[in-house]
Amino acid sequence: MVGVPVSLAGRVVSLLSLLVAWQAAAWLVHSRLFPGAGAVLGTLAEEAIHGDLLHQLGATLARVTIAFALAMTIGTVIGIAMARSRTIDTLLDSGVVLLLNLPALVIAVLLYVWFGLTEAAAIGAVTLSKLPTVVVTLREGARTLDRDLGDMAKSFRLSTWRTLRHVVLPQLSPFFLIASRTGLALIWKIVLVVELLGRPDGIGYAIQVFFQLFDIRRLIAYALAFVAVVLAVEWGILQPLERRLTRWRR
Amino acid sequence: MAPVTVGVIIDIDEKRYAGHAGATPVTALRNLRARVAPSEFCVITGPSGCGKTTLLNLIAGLDRDFAGLVNFEPSPVPRIGYVFQSPRLLPWRTVRDNIALVLPRNADRAGLDALLTEIGLADAADAYPSRLSGGMARRAALARAFAIAPNLLLMDEPFLSLDAPAAERLRRLLLRLISTRPATVLFVTHDLAEAIDLADRILVLSAAPGRVVAEMPIAVPREKRREPEILATLRAELARLAGHPIEPCILNGAGVGSAVP
Repeated sequence: MVGVPVSLAGRVVSLLSLLVAWQAAAWLVHSRLFPGAGAVLGTLAEEAIHGDLLHQLGATLARVTIAFALAMTIGTVIGIAMARSRTIDTLLDSGVVLLLNLPALVIAVLLYVWFGLTEAAAIGAVTLSKLPTVVVTLREGARTLDRDLGDMAKSFRLSTWRTLRHVVLPQLSPFFLIASRTGLALIWKIVLVVELLGRPDGIGYAIQVFFQLFDIRRLIAYALAFVAVVLAVEWGILQPLERRLTRWRR
Repeated sequence: MAPVTVGVIIDIDEKRYAGHAGATPVTALRNLRARVAPSEFCVITGPSGCGKTTLLNLIAGLDRDFAGLVNFEPSPVPRIGYVFQSPRLLPWRTVRDNIALVLPRNADRAGLDALLTEIGLADAADAYPSRLSGGMARRAALARAFAIAPNLLLMDEPFLSLDAPAAERLRRLLLRLISTRPATVLFVTHDLAEAIDLADRILVLSAAPGRVVAEMPIAVPREKRREPEILATLRAELARLAGHPIEPCILNGAGVGSAVP
């Protein structure tokens, strides 16, 4: 789960070499359909300042945030409930397996058909695609809760809230982190498909437009902006959070 | 304020573990009856698997699925400090936070610091449990149990798997703590030398299903129990009651072999 942390210098070098290779390849191919790094980055800056890159990016990020929050919250509650109760587990298990194996595309199409090309349907589709993995991960986590620590809490008469906050949740935090990271990776991808199919804004919508116009420079610029945000969240939020939560291990 | 210690009246008809998934059910305790007087230091010993840990869990109220009764007097609800066989510290909280966790929110921090110092944990207070030695982790578990000002202490082989000098130091510490913070103690050990060293009275349990087969009050003051003749006499007596000889070793207290409840 925890990768070896890459140093900042290492990251810069690897990023630069990627840019150089890209630029070199673009020179070799020399086609309007394969713009070089310089051209794309220029477009990126241009679109950010004068175009609607930020507007589209904001729309997508809003969807990602809402769907992520919904999937994590609902999934955690269902996962813990399934680990706690055999009845609930039996009742919901087939549903979880079904959702787990239903392609996100199918979920999106069905929700659009049933509820129209609405924001709720779009966010619902992303949430539903992500939900089962959260449920399964947290159920696994809640099943491995340490009984000895539970007994300790009980014998010292800790309140339910204290037990949850200090004994249960810390044990679940690695599972929560796994669910968050795999979850974001999944949601980033699905949200673009959902936007492409039925939303009038967002990065997915923009990519569809540029695809139809064969505007590959803008297409890559928008995708790149999106990837940059994803990496910023990963490096700026998730990894520091993980370090903080696992500090006691060292 | 000095806490009023409690007496324990143990009246267990039967404790069975249902056999899950085809396993045969096991009767852990049957007709186990005992009275422990307020402020008494009662050591419970017996062969491995005779239900010593089960008994403590029943008394602590962790397991209510048994036939019989456990009552406390005069207060029906004791303040129980439980020291488990393993320290059971939260790995993600420092020593101080582990102990503060079992205290009320508005508890006196100075009192906690004084206790940490008394138990020899002042320097380790801000360390995470993974950094502690076995002896220090056990001190922390001891501090947690004493922090709540218990009137009943349940101790389940609390010094198991420590080397002899470390176990010896912790036994001295325990006796010192008890002398200033009176509590009734139920102390499980399978180490007869340790039992002799600590007990006001020793209860010997039978092999499963456990019941009390013998009891031995020790009137000799603790300081005199190390005198060779007295020690030899007490040992011989206890070995006879327990139904097996004790190895002729000096008091070491370090548990040998496994002691599965």
